[in-house]
Amino acid sequence: MKKPLQSLGGRPVVIALPFAWLVLAFLLPFLIVARMSLTETDSAGSPFGSLLTYADGFVNLKLKISNYLFLAQDDLYLLTYLSSLKYAAITTALCLLIGYPFAYFMARARPAIRPTLMMLVMLPFWTSFLLRIYAWKGILANHGILNKLLLWLGVTGEPLHMMNTPFSLVIGMVYAYLPFMILPLYANLVKMDLRFLEAAADLGATPLQAFWRITVPLSKAGIIAGSMLVFIPAVGEYVIPELLGGPETLMIGKVLWDEFFTNNDWPLASAVAVVVILLILVPMALFNRYKALQEAEARA
Amino acid sequence: MTLAHPGAAAPPFLSICDLVKEFDGVRAVDDVSLAIGKGEIFALLGSSGCGKSTLLRMLAGFERPNAGSITLAGQDIVNVPPYERPINMMFQSYALFPHLSVWDNVAFGLRRDGLPKAEVAERVESMLALVQLGAYGKRKPHQLSGGQQQRVALARSLAKRPQLLLLDEPLGALDKKLRERTQVELVNIIEQVGVTCVMVTHDQDEAMSMATRIAVMNEGRILQVGAPGEIYETPNCRFVADFIGSANMFEGRVAEDAADHVVVDSTECRHYVSHGISGVQGMQVALALRPEKIALQLSAPTSQQRASSREHGYNCVQGAIASIAYLGNETRYQIRLDSGMELKAARTNAARHEQSRLERGQRVHAWWDGADIMVLTA
Repeated sequence: MKKPLQSLGGRPVVIALPFAWLVLAFLLPFLIVARMSLTETDSAGSPFGSLLTYADGFVNLKLKISNYLFLAQDDLYLLTYLSSLKYAAITTALCLLIGYPFAYFMARARPAIRPTLMMLVMLPFWTSFLLRIYAWKGILANHGILNKLLLWLGVTGEPLHMMNTPFSLVIGMVYAYLPFMILPLYANLVKMDLRFLEAAADLGATPLQAFWRITVPLSKAGIIAGSMLVFIPAVGEYVIPELLGGPETLMIGKVLWDEFFTNNDWPLASAVAVVVILLILVPMALFNRYKALQEAEARA
Repeated sequence: MTLAHPGAAAPPFLSICDLVKEFDGVRAVDDVSLAIGKGEIFALLGSSGCGKSTLLRMLAGFERPNAGSITLAGQDIVNVPPYERPINMMFQSYALFPHLSVWDNVAFGLRRDGLPKAEVAERVESMLALVQLGAYGKRKPHQLSGGQQQRVALARSLAKRPQLLLLDEPLGALDKKLRERTQVELVNIIEQVGVTCVMVTHDQDEAMSMATRIAVMNEGRILQVGAPGEIYETPNCRFVADFIGSANMFEGRVAEDAADHVVVDSTECRHYVSHGISGVQGMQVALALRPEKIALQLSAPTSQQRASSREHGYNCVQGAIASIAYLGNETRYQIRLDSGMELKAARTNAARHEQSRLERGQRVHAWWDGADIMVLTA
């Protein structure tokens, strides 16, 4: 049965290593959470029970699906999921809107200054994420910098209420996730063959037409990658809604926290988490399918 | 046969006047003027970096000249943006839009013109039929072979019925056999459509076989403009003589200058040139001689062999065959002359079994007709 090491080849090893990592770091924790979501809360101190029990010569498998039923029955969860998707979608759209021109001009800038522009995009990462989000409190608060500026300019007579509103939440989310949109878009746009734009101009396309007909379609892979990188973590975001969100801004990450650590209901919290993962897996699977189709087409 | 040049009476269809383009102070195109007639296939020929591509890009509108004018059909187009010029270009390696099908690639320009759907469809179909790709409309460019991509690019650049078609190294991406076939095909299609065409190439075979006239460029300047035969047989300077085909160069001094002939002395031999030149006695000149014009034989040429008895004793050198390259259709010889010069000679292998085979190391007489010497003063 055993093959000599040479005939084993590098290929299986190369595939097996990341595969093993994924199993350990993703599949296993997921299964643990999924298992937790099907148990009862245990009164005996442990935050969750066990699936298999042994009594009187019987192995009992007990699956508690009421955690999921509860999620479906209680409006709060459905609304929170929808609200999370909504804020993630708004964040993604705004990041794309702001990030695309940014990435575009970065990619078309003189090669000499591109590394500088790239560093400016990366610069915020040098400071703690928590600090940066917290700083927005100082900017957006009723007596914050922005209000002071607006009052001084005479734009408004009294301080605008911006903190703990959807506005402040979206600002924080867009701010935090913008680099994740810009970087894949930039990587895509900088590779683009500019002769396509010349060909488009030659055939009568104005610069604007050439942008919509050529540049945008050719950067589709970058748009999808950037959108996924923003959308997926944004759905489950906890820190930003906690610091900048308010009572109106329901986000699933915050509900998850509350269920785990306030209500101490680990099985229900796990069920919430499993549904979030499924919500994220679906667009991810669609993206992968698109990529695979595109690659298959390119190979044909 | 000489081809009709744009007449002096009618203004040329495309006229380029004193065009200059500088990049960082370096003149890529240096004061170029050209007149191109309607229906011509005009080739800009030169090695890379000679400015031919820059000139083409200025015609397309991708580069703005620093000075000079470009007039197409009476209209100065220097300030017209590329998307408004009645000019289409077939790009080097085609630049077909990878995300669009063949059909949509060809339709791209027509749609930008806002033509009605039915007319777009009709024109795309006829263009694809013209390049014999009617069945390939749904394919994406990467699903086509190089030759097919070249034809799609041609169809796309002709679809808008441009007044001027630009070809940038049109066949550069094809392999040799396909290139020869495509040259003929391309010329047939261009003539069928009747479009005026300016092409850029570094491949002299391509220029010679496709173009009605050629401009030889070097260092941003045009050295000579003429029909392929003129450029080959009467180059006007050392560069053109050497660049087009291959040539043996003798440096010499005019010893005798008559109306119908000149005699030039060089280190290798005395040359009798059986046509007059515009020069004076004692002038330093270069004599260019094509390898295929040289006859090789073991014995000295007799006066019967010479075109004129006056040439006897002239135009003949001796040397040893240094190398022989058999190419099938012809054989090339390198002959080391006593002066140290390497003389290139070529003999067409007209008969299947050559009678007088020459061997390496043999001493031979190489001689030529006085009419075949090209006297270059520049």
